[in-house]
Amino acid sequence: MEQKVVSLESLGRTSAARSGPPACAIGDCGTPRKGGSAELPEHVREKIKEHPCYSEDAHHFFARIHVAVAPACNIQCNYCNRKYDCSNESRPGVVSERLSPEQAVRKVKAVAAAMPNLSVVGIAGPGDALADHRRTFETFRLLRETLPDLTLCLSTNGLALPDHIDDIRAAGVDHVTVTLNAVDPHVAEGIYAWIFWDHARRTGLEAARILIERQLQGIEMLTAAGVLVKINSVMIPGVNDGHLEAVNVAVKERGAFLHNVMPLISDPAHGTHYGLTGQRGPTPAELKTLQDRMGDGAKLMKHCRQCRADAVGLLGEDKSQQFGLDALPENPQIDPEKRAAYRAIVEKEREDRRKEAADARAAIRRFGPLEPMLVAVSSKGGGRVNQHFGHAREFQIFEVSEAGARFTGHRRVDRYCAGGEGEDDVLDATLMALDGVGAILTAKIGRCPRQRLADAGIAVVDDFAFDYVETAIARWLAARAAEEDTARIA
Amino acid sequence: MAYMIKAEDCTGCGSCEFECPNRAVRMKGDIYVINPDKCTECVGKFDAPQCVAACPNDAVVHA
Ligand code: SF4
Ligand code: SF4
Repeated sequence: MEQKVVSLESLGRTSAARSGPPACAIGDCGTPRKGGSAELPEHVREKIKEHPCYSEDAHHFFARIHVAVAPACNIQCNYCNRKYDCSNESRPGVVSERLSPEQAVRKVKAVAAAMPNLSVVGIAGPGDALADHRRTFETFRLLRETLPDLTLCLSTNGLALPDHIDDIRAAGVDHVTVTLNAVDPHVAEGIYAWIFWDHARRTGLEAARILIERQLQGIEMLTAAGVLVKINSVMIPGVNDGHLEAVNVAVKERGAFLHNVMPLISDPAHGTHYGLTGQRGPTPAELKTLQDRMGDGAKLMKHCRQCRADAVGLLGEDKSQQFGLDALPENPQIDPEKRAAYRAIVEKEREDRRKEAADARAAIRRFGPLEPMLVAVSSKGGGRVNQHFGHAREFQIFEVSEAGARFTGHRRVDRYCAGGEGEDDVLDATLMALDGVGAILTAKIGRCPRQRLADAGIAVVDDFAFDYVETAIARWLAARAAEEDTARIA
Repeated sequence: MAYMIKAEDCTGCGSCEFECPNRAVRMKGDIYVINPDKCTECVGKFDAPQCVAACPNDAVVHA
């Protein structure tokens, strides 16, 4: 089995080139960055510190599992078609295996035994977690009994939400994600084919009005009950892209903790209404422009990977194939010591990272370019530059300038290196995915892709392997500045 | 008087089973079937047959 947690070895290593702090750390006043978790109240920080979907920092360390116990749904969205279930697909609403509540618990136990960094169990479909709520709450009840230290969360379209606030609290669920694509019925009308509510199928404006009213009411009730609420919005160009800022305002007013704008995934092969009618998804640049316009880091989530409803592992990886029902061990043994040891290491890592971050930030402010530039990073977790270029399935994208290094999201690519051979057509696609990127930081890269990237005007940097990302960026900027100085003198 | 489920269109989501007021729908293998003896077509209870209205795949038809 491939490595399932961020390996302890990779966490401890640093680049061989290290010598002292990245640059003289001038004038870092120590103020927490705006939008950083330092702004959060203590009880909220406590709640999210091991939740990969709610905390950008936690997602480097902690894994989640989605159990697909909820196939029924009460609305039909134009971006969804649950009829086709392809194991090659990675998008919400898709699973390969449906589980009964008892099977779900067996699976969670097996994953917890294999992954000491498992911290969250979520129910996110493949339908709606609150449509056939019996299965969802039965699963949570069994999980609470068997694995009380796991955090429970659920995702819903919100239609049935106001009816289940008490159930959610009683189950000990303190994270809920609501998918909210519009707060104006005229916009929502174009996104939903129908809803099934109060014993009837409803369409058009009527459906849109009821859905929005229920969603907003549910969000208010949850936040009033002290449950952390995250909002997911699907960005659909020409349909709701101009409206999502209004959604952002509406959910902030109602106390939502995070707002996650994700791109529409649309392909005729998925058989969705949007796929079949040629509705396109946004480009990475369009998504980023919108996220920038919405501003306010604390309320905007950028590390979402739009997991499948049966995803397993760290965000961005999916080990669900390894935990099929047939493959589960009869009696998995969960080792609490291992789980505690992992948490202790993560605590130390976070401490180290915090210590380095101040120096790194100061150096970035000193040496960062005037005009913001995009830097791609290959990482397999732990917030470090610790993945080979050829193994990357996604790149983290940072916007780097004098103002600092700001994480802006991920770009997905296909793995370049397959069985020791580099694939040329994959590289073409990777270059397209890296459009607009000025530099790439990676642990290691082959000669050929290095040349191709350089030809495309992308600086390739592998001198800072295993450093924390911010540190690597800082050291690279400092080295670059030193080189420029030398060139000027010569 | 009953509805039935077209096996080839049913994905086994269970929405019909959840909504049926008469427990006429039950799981059979990967899909669901309607027991014609229990199905009242929802007459007297609801305006529309609940299974038909809830099914995302138009898999429920008049028997
Ligand atoms: S028509 Fe009504 S009673 Fe008959 S199976 Fe459907 S929901 Fe049940
Ligand atoms: S609602 Fe439709 S697709 Fe779902 S189980 Fe019933 S008949 Fe099958």
